[in-house]
Amino acid sequence: MMNVPEKIEKHRFDPAPKDHSDLEKIEKPQLSFGKDAWLRVRKNKAAIVSAVLLLLIVVMAIIGPSLSKFDPYAQNVAHGNLPPRVPVLEDIGIFDGSQKIGGVETNKYEELGIEEYYWFGTDSLGRDLFSRVWVGTRVSLYIALLAAVIDMVIGVVYGLISGFKGGRVDNVMQRILEVISGIPNLIVVILMLLILKPGIMSITIALVITGWIGMARVVRGQVLKLRNQEYILASRTLGASNFRLLFKHLLPNLSGVIIINTMFTIPSAIFFEAFLSFIGIGLQAPEASLGTLIEDGYKTFQFLPHLMVIPCIVICIILIACNLMGDGLRDAFDPKMRD
Amino acid sequence: MKKILEVSDLHISFHTFAGEVQAIRGVNFDLFEGETLAIVGESGSGKSVTTKSIMRLLPPDNSEIKKGKILFKDTDIAQATEKQMQKIRGKDISMIFQDPMTSLNPTMTIGKQIMEPLLKHQKLSKDKARERALKLLDLVGIPKPEIRIKQYPHQFSGGMRQRVVIAIALACAPKVLIADEPTTALDVTIQAQILDLMKELQKQIETSIIFITHDLGVVANVADRVAVMYGGKIVEIGTVDEIFYNPQHPYTWGLISSMPSLDSGDEELFVIPGTPPDLLHPPKGDAFAPRNPYAMKIDLEEEPPMFQVSDTHFAATWLLHPDAPKVDPPAAVKERKAIYQAKQAASLKGGQ
Amino acid sequence: MAKYLIKRIIYLVITLFIIASLTFFLMKFLPGSPFQNEEKLTEDQRVILDEKYGLDKPIPVQYANYMMNVVKGDLGVSFQFDNQPVTKLLKNRMGPSLQLGFQAMFIGTIIGILLGVLAAMFQNTWIDYGSTFLAVLGKSIPSFVFAALLQYVIGVKLGWLPVASWNGFASSIMPTIALAIFPIATAARFMRTELIEVFSSDYITLAKAKGNSRMEVSFKHAIRNGLIPLVTVLGPMAVGLMTGSMVVEKIFAIPGIGEQFVKSIMTNDFPIIMGTTIFFAFLLTVIILIVDILYGIIDPRIRLQGGDKS
Repeated sequence: MMNVPEKIEKHRFDPAPKDHSDLEKIEKPQLSFGKDAWLRVRKNKAAIVSAVLLLLIVVMAIIGPSLSKFDPYAQNVAHGNLPPRVPVLEDIGIFDGSQKIGGVETNKYEELGIEEYYWFGTDSLGRDLFSRVWVGTRVSLYIALLAAVIDMVIGVVYGLISGFKGGRVDNVMQRILEVISGIPNLIVVILMLLILKPGIMSITIALVITGWIGMARVVRGQVLKLRNQEYILASRTLGASNFRLLFKHLLPNLSGVIIINTMFTIPSAIFFEAFLSFIGIGLQAPEASLGTLIEDGYKTFQFLPHLMVIPCIVICIILIACNLMGDGLRDAFDPKMRD
Repeated sequence: MKKILEVSDLHISFHTFAGEVQAIRGVNFDLFEGETLAIVGESGSGKSVTTKSIMRLLPPDNSEIKKGKILFKDTDIAQATEKQMQKIRGKDISMIFQDPMTSLNPTMTIGKQIMEPLLKHQKLSKDKARERALKLLDLVGIPKPEIRIKQYPHQFSGGMRQRVVIAIALACAPKVLIADEPTTALDVTIQAQILDLMKELQKQIETSIIFITHDLGVVANVADRVAVMYGGKIVEIGTVDEIFYNPQHPYTWGLISSMPSLDSGDEELFVIPGTPPDLLHPPKGDAFAPRNPYAMKIDLEEEPPMFQVSDTHFAATWLLHPDAPKVDPPAAVKERKAIYQAKQAASLKGGQ
Repeated sequence: MAKYLIKRIIYLVITLFIIASLTFFLMKFLPGSPFQNEEKLTEDQRVILDEKYGLDKPIPVQYANYMMNVVKGDLGVSFQFDNQPVTKLLKNRMGPSLQLGFQAMFIGTIIGILLGVLAAMFQNTWIDYGSTFLAVLGKSIPSFVFAALLQYVIGVKLGWLPVASWNGFASSIMPTIALAIFPIATAARFMRTELIEVFSSDYITLAKAKGNSRMEVSFKHAIRNGLIPLVTVLGPMAVGLMTGSMVVEKIFAIPGIGEQFVKSIMTNDFPIIMGTTIFFAFLLTVIILIVDILYGIIDPRIRLQGGDKS
């Protein structure tokens, strides 16, 4: 157990130089809440790839329609039902505008002598699918973002008040919430759409009516948990105003759950919009959204699959990416997963 | 006395996303038959990691035994396979955890949980195991065992649950019992009951106990020997009397000085300044040096070896080097030393 | 428990009352609803409506009449199907929907649990990543996209299964699969998180410390504890199935409630829309109530505490 040390020079037993400033230094590197979360998200490759994909789709939703020289609403019946044709790619035998009709390989572009390139093909009315897909994406994203933001505002305010006031107020607010959440949201959404005139605003409103409940619940739960924590009590005993407590102490700690929840409401709103359009009570023609495009494409799905497949791919990418990012953020913000 | 467990030069690291944390950096100790060894130290000093490694219960995906041996009955636990460990766990070595509220399976009856190791290791029949479980419940002081055995954990209070956990741990009369802060989560009155129970049962079953705690009061109560851990190493080890009355390491001095006592009156309690070392980047010399008011130049440069104080007493501090200057330990430590010397003198006289 | 049950049933009644009232006032004030523009109705329909709801009487009386009818289970008559009672139409259509729903729920939950358990047991291995990825796909891809793809690839291109019909088991396979992806994803994700949490709990460490092997720890201790809370996702699963059934039934031309509902939306058959709405709401709230009671019964921790979780 003991190893006798060899001869050691005397001077080394002098007292060590004292450095008191160093004493209370925290040895571990300090990380702010956001920085810590970012470190975790960055490690999650799926979340990063998703973020890049989403960014790409958002950019395309903004500039996509103007990349194509065709107007998304302009009809040209002579150019109806064309398959995709892309320059360069057509030289290697894909997306060259050929298609099989009744087992016979044909190329409508050549038959009709069409010089234009419709990158994603055209629909039955000869509208350019490329610009329509991106206009549709724009509309879908717009509805989803709007719904998510309104949900967030209502939900956070409701949850904060309910959790922070507590007592009678909380009780009444909770009973209201319980009753509303008992009504299946699908039913509310459908009923609302039957009253309101179909359109972007009415779909958003229909989605918001039940959408905020989840956020309100999560925020209230979190506030209740935080409210009784020592640092809030400490701040309260030091005479902090409610306002200060809310904005300085509670909100920053709520930001995690709020972000995560919003990250999950966006895909759910996109799904619902598409779903409603698919069963025929969403946006009406000639308005384009991913849902209406899929619905439209489904009618001729067996003969012209590209009309449905392309908007389906876009919506799937958006939904998968949103979910993966939501998962990544949840793992990053969830203190339980720390270690 | 016979050695039952021998830990030598144990190194354990955790791989975190910030890098490799060297939680245990060369730990040596022996455990003798029938004794109670207390391991004390602050949070993060590596006491729980050491004991979990004896059971090989560290998460396999991010922890690693880098070096060293844990010798139990000719088996090196550090190298043992999972199969070998399953035969040792619960039979030869068992464990009691800190929080009785979470250490029982909430959806399994108490009876089943106690019978599990019996059925597993002693191959008893169901009826025999039940009988034995009833006896165990009685042994750990749970009234009406016939009724209790059919109940679920949530129907028990914290103290009662800890008794159940002890019953599970002792079911197969293990050679070594590891108690990881078994009383920390309990009320003070219950703490004393549990400690008494453990001492009582230790006599009956003749098991050795490794008792982890940060509460020196508890140590004085139960331990035969004490190991003080700091920064992933044992800095001082000795009998209870040696550690409490003749401590050598400045960290042990600090621990003892910071212990409140009834007669300390209105003096201010001693506080060890600073924070524990960052084991992600362990310091070069003595890990305690930055917080040590007696630190010498050599402490910052070289790790002190274990100096022998007596047959049973070792401490890792350069202050014990023959060339080191004699320093004046804190008042509380000197007082204790004085009491100790007086006691020894008295016992010598009485012996004659 | 009794107190909790009574409280829950009161909520259920309030919820249903609100939904029924909502549907009434929507019918009443909806622009374009048959109650509003009587000139759109045929003579027959007007006679029936007048008889049933007393459209000439003041609104409160109509409301009372309507609510009485709903309580009695009378949801009005359909316009599109020869003035047949909605209740009868729902009953006729229930079979296929229930069959698909149960098949999907059953298969989905079992596969989901399996995936979740595997993912948790082999956390951070390719098994985990694969299963998690499948679950994300299942959660993300809309059922109508998946259903249409299935139909196209397996039905049209490969011709293995009937494209869109309803006769016999073979024709139920594709719609079942299309409906099952949501329960699979839900159960798998839930099981995984639940089990990972269970695996890191003290009692699992104790179970290991007793000398149990990894398999014994998983099957004797962990899975049961992970399965119990799974009951709580049965409610959201039922909601998902109902949503899915509308589009899946539409795509595979299945004579179920969902398909009828979508059709009545297209044809503005308000009594069916309203009737189905109330029926769905009733079904879902009852399912959620049953699930909560079930949870209390299965979980010994909750059983005796009187269920004061809210």
